Amino acid sequence: MNNLLILPILIPLLTAIVLMMLSKYVNAQRVLSAVSTVATIAASIVLIRKVSVNGIQTLNLSNWEAPFGITLVSDMLSALLVTTTSIITFVVILYSFKSIGRDRERFYYYPVVQFLLVGVNGAFTTGDIFNLFVFFEVMLMSSYVLLVLGGTKGQLRESIKYILVNIISSALFVITVAYLYSVVGTLNMADISMKISEVEQPAILTVIAILFLLVFGLKGAIFPLYFWLPGSYFAPPTPILALFGALLTKVGVYSIMRTYTLFFYHDTGYTHQILSVLAIITIVMGCIGALAYWDVKKIIIYNIIIAVGVILFGVSVMTPGSLEGSVYYIIHDMIIKSALFLLVGVMAFIVGTSDLKKMGGLIKDYPWLGWTFFVAALSLAGIPPLSGFIGKLLIVRGSFEGEAYVGAGIILASSLAVLYSVLKIFLNGIWGKPKEYKVTSKGNVNYLWFTSAILVGLAVCYGFGADVIRPLISQAAEVLVDPNIYIQAVLKE
Amino acid sequence: MRTRTNDLILQTITTVVAFIIILFSLSLFFAGHYNPGGGFVGGLMTSGAIVLLLLAYDIKTVASILPIDYKILIAVGLLFAVGTGAGALIFNVPFLTHAYDYFYLPLLGKTSLHTAVLFDTGVYLVVIGVTMTIIQTIGESE
Repeated sequence: MNNLLILPILIPLLTAIVLMMLSKYVNAQRVLSAVSTVATIAASIVLIRKVSVNGIQTLNLSNWEAPFGITLVSDMLSALLVTTTSIITFVVILYSFKSIGRDRERFYYYPVVQFLLVGVNGAFTTGDIFNLFVFFEVMLMSSYVLLVLGGTKGQLRESIKYILVNIISSALFVITVAYLYSVVGTLNMADISMKISEVEQPAILTVIAILFLLVFGLKGAIFPLYFWLPGSYFAPPTPILALFGALLTKVGVYSIMRTYTLFFYHDTGYTHQILSVLAIITIVMGCIGALAYWDVKKIIIYNIIIAVGVILFGVSVMTPGSLEGSVYYIIHDMIIKSALFLLVGVMAFIVGTSDLKKMGGLIKDYPWLGWTFFVAALSLAGIPPLSGFIGKLLIVRGSFEGEAYVGAGIILASSLAVLYSVLKIFLNGIWGKPKEYKVTSKGNVNYLWFTSAILVGLAVCYGFGADVIRPLISQAAEVLVDPNIYIQAVLKE
Repeated sequence: MRTRTNDLILQTITTVVAFIIILFSLSLFFAGHYNPGGGFVGGLMTSGAIVLLLLAYDIKTVASILPIDYKILIAVGLLFAVGTGAGALIFNVPFLTHAYDYFYLPLLGKTSLHTAVLFDTGVYLVVIGVTMTIIQTIGESE
């Protein structure tokens, strides 16, 4: 049987359990969590290979036939996202060794990170809408713990907001699933899609589509539901921030992608119009935030919101080109956001504050850090050979094909704002007049720089290797364009 | 000023009642497959019995009666549940596939034994572990 696609969920789960028993032995925890995450990466890469050769992989848990049991479905999109997630988690774990501090490490930091990986990988892999909810909760509960771990004043304050917002959105998720279940009478995603196309999406299903947009919009931070994100993401320490910024919002974005391409593609005039308007406003609000702040963390946090808008705009246009662009861009954005958070984390570690006005001239003592950040910044903005370019190009081209000129124009203009906001960090923090900093150990800085450089290197390879990866991306977009491929793979008709 | 009160009646009754509660919770736990009950409510009721002990005595006494680290208990319970699911991988069937058969046990006669009970044991242990961890942590903090 095809148990391969459970491995990226099962390996971190077993690791988390074993790590709970080893909470006092920090070194053992470090080694074990790094080794098992490597195993997760290996399993997910084998999975990508298998999906690319044999098509969509499904696994009926407990051996119950498709619409009746829980089905795990790994199409190329979810396999790629699972791999990206595992790689980012691995790098963040390496980064944590020298930055998170022994106190946090002894209080179940590594097990909780593994549980977060379980939740995210599970949410990407599941083919059942209620199981998606459960994996959302696994992910969110781990994120609550990671957010509050350490118990500083800011963390406690922001945790309350974050938990409140997410509990409300989770309750709304359950209510929405209840509505959907009462209309279609099934929870299996492929079966839901088939039932919806049989009744041709009456108005009640459009209402449910908008409710799903509200739920996943709250998790994925689109306008006007992103209000909780800037404060909550500012509170935790760097490695946790990098995990949140790279993974959590993207799960919401993935869920919108999935539901809007698999379920609600019949009345696009209404639902996708709303999605595209919200995505455009999200980009604009993100740009305003990214330009307004003089704090390195805040600038990158608002760049998350811009990227969410860009990806969702690609989804809302629903042309094959723009969907392919969205797939390309979501993976690029996960990698580059975590890289940027880790890099500004190194800068803040050297300076002792994340206030940009107190930084300056880091290039003199840390040239490698400076140039790595420069490459990451150009890659984020989408300068041609680097990874941000192709995704945005495909989205813009797809939007022109779909005659969505305003959105395409705003995406192009937003690139300038993104470039300006990150170059502001580069020019003021890394360039400029050197300032005196309290002496920190250079070995630590080099180690932290090296781990974040792995991700920047990966982003560069992702840009230059676009030709190699393109077939995989096309295969992922194919399923989004034609939901029948997904339905047939799951229900095997 | 708190004076030392005499809890003789409460403590005497607790020694009897705690056993009855634990027996009832085990009965609920094993009834789960055919009747209302199961690991969750069984676990809650067992921890209810331990909470009654905590009310009648104090945390130190209960810790000496039941020298268990409840955080480890959570991990062991999870290991039971996940292990039952992962055991299916060895037999090359999908994750979480269960198996059952009928056995002739001395005393009980023909009995069906199902691997779902192992999974439920995991749930039972996790529920006890989580409940007791929460209550003890809040109880101990000043």
